[in-house]
Amino acid sequence: MHLVYPAVLAALLFCTGLYGVLARRNAILVLMSVELMLNAVNLNLVAFDVWLSRAAVETLHSGQALTLFTIAIAAAEIGIGLAIVLAVHRNRGTADIDKLRDTAEGHDPDTSDDDARTAQQAAESGRTGKAEATA
Amino acid sequence: MTLAATATATATLAATHTHGFLSPTGVEIAFLLVGLVTFGAALVTVTTKQLVHAALWLVVALGGIAVEYLLLTAEFIAWVQVLIYVGSVVVLLLFGLMLTKAPIGRSPDADSGNRWAALTVAVAAAAALVWVVVDAFRATWTDLDGPASGSTAVTGASLFQNWVLPFEALSVLLLAALVGAIVLSRKSKAESSSPPVNSRPATGSSPSVPDSRNHTIGRKGAVEGNGPSSPDNPAEKEGAR
Repeated sequence: MHLVYPAVLAALLFCTGLYGVLARRNAILVLMSVELMLNAVNLNLVAFDVWLSRAAVETLHSGQALTLFTIAIAAAEIGIGLAIVLAVHRNRGTADIDKLRDTAEGHDPDTSDDDARTAQQAAESGRTGKAEATA
Repeated sequence: MTLAATATATATLAATHTHGFLSPTGVEIAFLLVGLVTFGAALVTVTTKQLVHAALWLVVALGGIAVEYLLLTAEFIAWVQVLIYVGSVVVLLLFGLMLTKAPIGRSPDADSGNRWAALTVAVAAAAALVWVVVDAFRATWTDLDGPASGSTAVTGASLFQNWVLPFEALSVLLLAALVGAIVLSRKSKAESSSPPVNSRPATGSSPSVPDSRNHTIGRKGAVEGNGPSSPDNPAEKEGAR
């Protein structure tokens, strides 16, 4: 098999995940896109490990071992990420990344004046946004 | 072509003349078809407006990648992929969608406003990566015949001969991630003792409470949450007046 096929497929999958990370608004959809990017890297690792174990004398099988490590780290990452998203959803009532602007600079001029009011406004806007989404 | 010539060994260069792009082998055709299905499922995953459908299309994409691993003779990683990704990660994502009360039907705000900038960046990155990869590995040939390079015996032997220390460190990392996820997602008892319904009239009546968000965050919020519960009766009196 030509090495180009898995390499091109991995590049395309990585860029698909890149588009998802940049364009999605829900935090869980962003996590799905991160999973796509990790899988693209895994496919590259496996393909180059198969090539190197045949073409060169490579006995470490580093590509497949690193793929297993990447899969385990991705599982840990999705667990921690979902826990963080659930904590944010419990505190703010929304999982939208665009609504989490507390540390943003220059967008809300009254953030420094009245913190409680802006937090309440953010909660209310999150609630209305969810109502629009369910409607 | 000079990149390819320097990157490939002489043995693979000799084999290049017998393997052309215009006469693909059966494995290559199967890889191409499964790769098209995988790429299409990934595209639907990142573009669909129904959140649950995105998770289900992700199953198709990850299963397609598992089939690609099988075609590359990496059996063990293929079954690990099926077990961990299709079996547990997608189930975790579906639970996350359920617990964050994601809408079931079409949600019009699934994509943010910068999707055209994201599309530009993704297409530019895809063009650059595909051009570089094709230019570098256009003549590289992988011989898939012979014993499988990724069977369970070979992978296990190399993992426990050469990679023992990273393996054990990874188990410690998984344990830490498990404990961290439990601590993050556990609802603390002090928080449930002060329901956030109390805080809304309390912030309106007593300006000493600085921030309404602090009530739901943690122990500090619980301590401050007990504060407005003691002047609760004056607040009710004010409401009665």
